[in-house]
Amino acid sequence: MMSDCGRRVVILGAGHAGGTAAALLRQYGYDGSIVLIGDEPVAPYQRPPLSKAWLKGEANHESLALKPANFYPDSGIDFRPQVSGISLNRAAKTVRLSTGEDLGYDTLILATGARPIRLVTPGADLEGVHVLRTAAHAELIRAEVGARKRVAVIGGGYIGLEVAASALMLGSSAVVIERERRLLFRSGSETIAEFFRNYHETRGVRVMLGATVVGFEGDAGRVTAVRVADGQVVDCDIAVVGVGIIPNDEIAAAAELKCARGVVVDLQARTSDLSIFAIGDATHRPLPLYGRMFCPESVPNALEQAKQAASAITGRAPPTPEVPWNWSDQFDLKLQIAGLPFDVDRTLVRGDMATGRFAVFHLKGDRIQQVEAVNAPPEFMAGKQFILNRKPINPSKLADGAFSMKEIAA
Amino acid sequence: MANVTYMAKITYIEQDGSEHVVDVKSGLSVMQGAVNNNIRGIIAECGGACACATCHVYVDEAWREKTGTASVMEQSMLDFSENVEPNSRLSCQIKVSDDLDGLIVRMPEGQS
Repeated sequence: MMSDCGRRVVILGAGHAGGTAAALLRQYGYDGSIVLIGDEPVAPYQRPPLSKAWLKGEANHESLALKPANFYPDSGIDFRPQVSGISLNRAAKTVRLSTGEDLGYDTLILATGARPIRLVTPGADLEGVHVLRTAAHAELIRAEVGARKRVAVIGGGYIGLEVAASALMLGSSAVVIERERRLLFRSGSETIAEFFRNYHETRGVRVMLGATVVGFEGDAGRVTAVRVADGQVVDCDIAVVGVGIIPNDEIAAAAELKCARGVVVDLQARTSDLSIFAIGDATHRPLPLYGRMFCPESVPNALEQAKQAASAITGRAPPTPEVPWNWSDQFDLKLQIAGLPFDVDRTLVRGDMATGRFAVFHLKGDRIQQVEAVNAPPEFMAGKQFILNRKPINPSKLADGAFSMKEIAA
Repeated sequence: MANVTYMAKITYIEQDGSEHVVDVKSGLSVMQGAVNNNIRGIIAECGGACACATCHVYVDEAWREKTGTASVMEQSMLDFSENVEPNSRLSCQIKVSDDLDGLIVRMPEGQS
């Protein structure tokens, strides 16, 4: 059953992707050595709750951990925290670590993730200006939000909106400052963006659109306000910047692995070097359901690629391609998104947006390309199946709530 | 809080019949019990947010009453899952307590 991929797998990066790859290798029967290298002080954990349950104090380190602490030693996984990879020597098959060690590998999995974009505007390094990617970031933010604090959120994407919602629920006020003319510019449709703007504003979040941040003001080294291009000044006690991520592909690019805003991989998560795989947010990957390359920047994507790599390394058949999906919790809303909005020629809403339970479907002809479902699990689940099976639907039945999701096939 | 040091013995049976009997702390979910022990067949992509239905299990008939019934949210996720049976549950929504000592769950086909 074991292929000749070698006896030591080194996994560089101990996020959701790297941690899962290590666990799956053992599930799939790989009994060689596994070294899991992570630059954070803690073992792999779930990041999605950081802007949701964690911020609200409903999660702790133990509940976030992917596996209990004893899992790694018990499973013969050599987990090394607070260590990062500096460079690769592909000819010698070694990774230079931040400890100075040259660690040899037979198979290498790059799971280096992504880092949050930081603003380079004046004052961006003031105390109280945060980004949110790691548990350490979340801990800093959680220590500062609370009753009667003024939180300025820069960036109206999902992380920003989740932080705003969580802050409000903790008794803070929140202002969302977005550069584009609408929220969710990169990650949601206009329809869903408008719905969330309304929902947030109704609950007291101030939303500023078309507002470019030009700097931060401070007092004694600590942020006191955000300055916007039109001259407006937004007073705040805390600023959280959520304006996207950059894949950590530099170590791969320096080793001349093929990169294109992320390490280019195939459907087995293999890079242009047969001994090196790459998974998660650091990659640029094929999406067979959409006939193009992309990185969905999500936990399900990291898990799917971890499965692909672990399958290839243990000589198992490649897993069947999955539908990209993601979710977001804001206030009492659960948004579930399946698919991606590529090549869409028609958008329709099923359900009544005013009730807070509806779904936005994005179609290409009579096929569903993406569904954004708000408190609407049947629409999400059925939509995901239709995307996977590429089954045609009847758009007028889909738009008519009188037909159940089991009756919408063309 | 309930007695958090109490362990319930739970049997997880994979599609191929292989059995895993593990001790799971009260207060955790049946899903977490599987994930913590790296048992195949329970994926839990969303980490327990009732958002993905990748922790689907069949609850052994003898245990259906004690594990309770699915919430509206859970049921609507299950209604559109594959291979659903009357005893289907999302294991992230079943909380372990001493009442569930001896629980047996099976994992569905195609979830691994």
